[in-house]
Amino acid sequence: MTKNEALINYSLRIGDTCLILGQRMSEWCSNGPTLEEDIAMTNISLDLIGQARTMLTYAGEIEGKGRTEDDFAYKRNEREYFNSLLSERPNGHFGDTVARNFLQSAYFYHFYNALISSKDNMLSAHATKSIKEVTYHLRHSAEWVIRLGDGTSESKEKIQNSFDEIWDFVGDLFETNEVDRLLLNEGISVDQTKIQQEWNSTVTEVLTKAGLTRPNDGYMQTGRLEAKHSEYLGHLLAEMQFLQRAYPDAKW
Amino acid sequence: MSNIKDSQGDVWEVFVQSKPGLPHKHAGSVHATDKEMALQNARDLYTRRNEGTCIWVVPLNSIVSSLPEDSGSFFDPSDDKAYRHPTHYVMPEGAKHI
Repeated sequence: MTKNEALINYSLRIGDTCLILGQRMSEWCSNGPTLEEDIAMTNISLDLIGQARTMLTYAGEIEGKGRTEDDFAYKRNEREYFNSLLSERPNGHFGDTVARNFLQSAYFYHFYNALISSKDNMLSAHATKSIKEVTYHLRHSAEWVIRLGDGTSESKEKIQNSFDEIWDFVGDLFETNEVDRLLLNEGISVDQTKIQQEWNSTVTEVLTKAGLTRPNDGYMQTGRLEAKHSEYLGHLLAEMQFLQRAYPDAKW
Repeated sequence: MSNIKDSQGDVWEVFVQSKPGLPHKHAGSVHATDKEMALQNARDLYTRRNEGTCIWVVPLNSIVSSLPEDSGSFFDPSDDKAYRHPTHYVMPEGAKHI
């Protein structure tokens, strides 16, 4: 594997997770529990899709075969997507969405904070720009975790179940392979072990504040690095890619 | 401002400062159950397009407003007191921004 091949894959991992979570959040548009929350979630969706655009465009530039951000978003199948398994989880009820977003945002927060020091100028610039958005995503979701956990007995039970059900998918966030090792030697990628420690302390701190129980780390579902996904990604792509698939290269 | 109570939490009035040093201006209102959420909702609703550098949120019931029936006694008496405007002075030539 060459450095460029590794860098393309690394950029797709970031871009794909942003894109898929952004698409998930867009499903809340017009379905939010309150008007204010509807707009907040749609804002987060737009932030994430913006971040995805930068990373997918960058992957195309390094590849040098003329593939655009749209080619990456609309013309790849499930087994070519490198998003986290967490990001493709269905929205469920509001608490499910809050739990998923909190776990993924806490990851991005520590990931981008470390990526700012990357020797790759583009990744470093992307991290510097995105950290502001992600800091807000983390604040927004963490405040909701605390309110739902510390709310009524019903809200507490629901959000605890949300965390229990989604916990199998957090291990996938920290998996590494030769791409990580190659880029870490070059000072380009981040040390996932360090991210995991920081993520753990953020998650434990917020769950404790919310009066919730951190689920035990048991068997973890993985697959992100091999582009192996749950059954949900195919359905998400079917909706997201419908227009491109039905009317290839349609123009406004 | 309205006193209508619904299931979406309390009403908070939002004031946005567009630049440091300028006064906070009323932008609208949001629903929220507490002050931190009110601040976040205000940020999402009223500063998405670069409108602000600072936000205040104030619970609606903390605002004391004059009533429409007060307007006669409150505001009409100043109608005929033109001397309260500094329009009767002769401006020195070349003075700007007055």
